[in-house]
Amino acid sequence: MVNYIKLIALGLATLGALIAANYGRDLAYSVNMLIAALFAIVAFIFILRRTDEPAGSDVSGEYMDGVVRYGVIATAFWGVVGFLVGVVIAFQLAFPALNLDFMQGFTNFGRLRPLHTSAVIFAFGGNALLATSFYIVQRTSAARLWGGNLAWFVFWGYQLFILMAATGYLLGATNAKEYAEPEWHIDLWLTIVWVCYLLVFAGTIMKRKEPHIYVANWFFLAFIITVAMLHIVNNLAIPVSIFGSKSVQVFSGVQDAMVQWWYGHNAVGFFLTAGFLGMMYYFVPKQAERPVYSYKLSIIHFWALIFLYIWAGPHHLHYTALPDWASTLGMVFSIVLWMPSWGGMINGLMTLSGAWDKLRTDPVLRMMVISLGFYGMSTFEGPMMSIRAVNSLSHYTDWTIGHVHSGALGWNGMITFGALYFLMPKLWNKERLYSLSLVSWHFWLATIGIILYAASMWVTGIMEGLMWREVDANGFLVNSFADTVSAKFPMYVVRGLGGVLFLAGSLIMCYNLWMTAKRAPASEAEGSAAVPAE
Amino acid sequence: METYSLLREFADSWMLLALFTFFMGVVVFVMRPGSTKTYSNVADIPFRHEDKPAAKSGDAKEA
Repeated sequence: MVNYIKLIALGLATLGALIAANYGRDLAYSVNMLIAALFAIVAFIFILRRTDEPAGSDVSGEYMDGVVRYGVIATAFWGVVGFLVGVVIAFQLAFPALNLDFMQGFTNFGRLRPLHTSAVIFAFGGNALLATSFYIVQRTSAARLWGGNLAWFVFWGYQLFILMAATGYLLGATNAKEYAEPEWHIDLWLTIVWVCYLLVFAGTIMKRKEPHIYVANWFFLAFIITVAMLHIVNNLAIPVSIFGSKSVQVFSGVQDAMVQWWYGHNAVGFFLTAGFLGMMYYFVPKQAERPVYSYKLSIIHFWALIFLYIWAGPHHLHYTALPDWASTLGMVFSIVLWMPSWGGMINGLMTLSGAWDKLRTDPVLRMMVISLGFYGMSTFEGPMMSIRAVNSLSHYTDWTIGHVHSGALGWNGMITFGALYFLMPKLWNKERLYSLSLVSWHFWLATIGIILYAASMWVTGIMEGLMWREVDANGFLVNSFADTVSAKFPMYVVRGLGGVLFLAGSLIMCYNLWMTAKRAPASEAEGSAAVPAE
Repeated sequence: METYSLLREFADSWMLLALFTFFMGVVVFVMRPGSTKTYSNVADIPFRHEDKPAAKSGDAKEA
């Protein structure tokens, strides 16, 4: 009976999307609606084939890992896509001719840049968070995912969101808010998917068999709820037409800027930090085979982090129309934030105390440890850059880009790779990974790539900042903007090469994961406790 | 008093105090007597139920 309702809803959704595509006032909107219609049709056929079939066997005694497996594949796939686009735009900056003339308006830097940021943050990072949160919440609650196939809706709904956003960017639909570029119709869809994600996650916690909610789940829950709040407030907009992608923001002027960076910095704080700390608090203890160093510290870490992060946004708006008190507030909270960040890093690293020798033999653990190292480094650099005096040098320069990438590639990337290497053998019932030496290759390629990236951006960023403020004896500016651009050329090439190394490492990872599923020996005793990580 | 001034005054007085008190309460709660034993037990949660859900509640405690 439920299936009939689903079929009617999907049929209407298909019809509605096709009508909207037909009436679409711009290409991006029509393409988005055609993709939505395609998803609805495929879902319709999929459900139709299962309607009135006998019910399958009882699965309540098993974890729901199918959706986690899909999430792992999607993470690896979108990771490669996002890194590849990143490499392309890095070389576009070094060699402007790569903004190919015949692709003007589709693949020039301005169109590809949001594609890169959204692909790595929301597609790669988002799928990693979906997959790991579904995996972890089941294991630490000792309960199957709540809501039956709702988890599948969340997964495919999220992929639809990614595809609509990505095609929208290339065809020019953007609401011009950094890291929140998708237009109103895509924002509405993401809101629906996100609420379902919250239902699945919270529902699983509600029916948990463990009396205590493990700390990783606290971080995931904070991430899901806060992102929902940020997303809705920052994307308050009125569409010009329901058949067009253009919309007008509700806020304007400095209020709009403040809401944007309240969103923007907390996207970093809750999407890229709280969520990934949830991963850290599960995978580091699992891979090190010992409980987290201090559970008390992990609780204080959680509350301190969520209490402080939410205020840090104004540091993006130093020396703007924003009142001084607000930017001072943002600056102070950013600096205080240094303490929980390092508390969390120390908690993760000290989990290895007594097991440091594993770093020699286990490249997966090495990956997780270096991710914590980069977490510590970028959460030291960030507060420093938020100080007004430092910011006057660093803001609008490549230093910011270097900072973001040491956090994103180093912390988010490496902890995600570690999680994928951990999950792959477990989810495909394999005894071990296909090759540990390939993991080592990935580790070194990625690490050297990040170092090239961060170092070249420090040099070019500080150089650029100094050139901008250089004045001669009469108080006239010495350098024109174009002078700084040409001075940056060598560093831009080095940055691109760092990206190539990082991309190469991720391709090796994909090969290794694929071969693990295909070739690695099957795990002998299915259902046996913790397989030793070697 | 205009809304902005009212909210601002409230934010940097009572709200600040409330949030700070809550946070210090968390710290004190975490350090309560007997918590070390509780937390060393719950820190082991990732090492239970790796392969399948607990059969019934209460079951999860041992193992």
